[in-house]
Amino acid sequence: MPDFIAEWLNQNEIFTAMTIMEYWDGMVTTVHLVFLSLVIGLLVAVPLAILRTVRNPFVSGPVWLYTYLFRGTPLLIQLYIIYYGLAQIEGIQETFWWEIFREPFYPALLAFTLNTAAYTTEIIRGAIISTPNGEIEAAKAYGMNWFMRMRRIVLPSAARRAVQAYSNEVIFMLHASAIASVVTIVDLTGAARNIYSRFYAPFDAFIFVALCYMALTFILVFAFRKLETHLLKHQRPVNG
Amino acid sequence: MLDLKGYGPALIDGAIVTLELAFLSLALSVVLGLIGAPAKLSQSRVARGIATTYTTLIRGVPDLVMMLLFYYGGQVAVNMLSDYIWEAYEIDFFFQFDPFISGVVTIGLIFGAYMTETFRGAFLAVETGQIEAARAYGFTRLHTFRRIMLPQMLRHALPGLGNNWQVLLKTTALVSIIGLTDMVRVAEEAAKAERMPFHFFIPVAFVYLALTAGSELFIKWLDKRANVGVVQGG
Repeated sequence: MPDFIAEWLNQNEIFTAMTIMEYWDGMVTTVHLVFLSLVIGLLVAVPLAILRTVRNPFVSGPVWLYTYLFRGTPLLIQLYIIYYGLAQIEGIQETFWWEIFREPFYPALLAFTLNTAAYTTEIIRGAIISTPNGEIEAAKAYGMNWFMRMRRIVLPSAARRAVQAYSNEVIFMLHASAIASVVTIVDLTGAARNIYSRFYAPFDAFIFVALCYMALTFILVFAFRKLETHLLKHQRPVNG
Repeated sequence: MLDLKGYGPALIDGAIVTLELAFLSLALSVVLGLIGAPAKLSQSRVARGIATTYTTLIRGVPDLVMMLLFYYGGQVAVNMLSDYIWEAYEIDFFFQFDPFISGVVTIGLIFGAYMTETFRGAFLAVETGQIEAARAYGFTRLHTFRRIMLPQMLRHALPGLGNNWQVLLKTTALVSIIGLTDMVRVAEEAAKAERMPFHFFIPVAFVYLALTAGSELFIKWLDKRANVGVVQGG
């Protein structure tokens, strides 16, 4: 080991096993929160995106309004409205929901899910409406009904077109999740803020956490690149 | 009529802070983008390396972490610098690193990276024939950049620029976390004091909605104007 690193490790009072554990717990919370909101958000977004492409304005209108409201306002405000607002709903403190929403984790999860579902709905909708007409005509000619067409032709084809934009949304969500720390959740950023205030060492605390986020980001970028080559295998040149 | 319990003027002041912050950081990010994009496209490996490191670093780190680093770290750095200057030259030098400055610097730096990418694509979309023609007329490189590349790339950059602006506007809400009294901060204080979260946050959310909707219309209008001379295919 180079001398300067050994020296730095000996002098270092901040990165003890204790603080490393704090960062680790924070990372677990961040990954937990982001993963759950992305999965639920995606499950909500697929049916909403289909509804959004329906011609009847009474069906597509409400979905449009939902995505418009959630994409046009900052996530921080959505989080505040849900976090502070839920506690103010009359009588909620007597129901079992209060057991769930008393923890800051669940209001944050709800806000993040609603937010990412709105963006994902628009991404999937864009991919659905750009389905080549020939594919749909061919499916109709084969006698597929609407449901089978959606399941076998439109959605798989849309998934391929949406994956690039969706990977950006996933990374955006990972970064946006840092605001969970303002509602007292100790995620990665929350851990960094605690360690900053304990040692008054802004550079150590925040640069380390920035590196953690960067590592998570690069893992995601790598995974999505793999997924993309897998999904677009049929488009690869023969000798590529 | 909406009763804001006397927080109305504070909310309006907060909205002005939000707008000032948004416009200043937009200006900074456009300047950074105009430096970064040519650097990314230049033949110099050093320039390309610096620009690529910049955009990769920024896009790997959350906005809030950057902001906290600049806000808390900025003051420590200023203190260290002023200590050093005092010891070396005996000049008394100090300035307060306030949340407004760190907000503008952080948001400007973050969106500078996105602008770099937007402008890079737009520069690439300018036909090479245009540049060759300019060179054939004896334009210097700087002249070509200013008279040929810049005006023509703006048309291609506009949609991306508009998109970045919309995201930037919403990112300004984060400055409330580092203690700047923007609209969100005022609403938060009011909501806590009056115990009426919906009453204060929903109007603020609608102000953001109005701002993003207004910008959308403005960008559409600009885009139409910029493309007046272009024959659309199809």
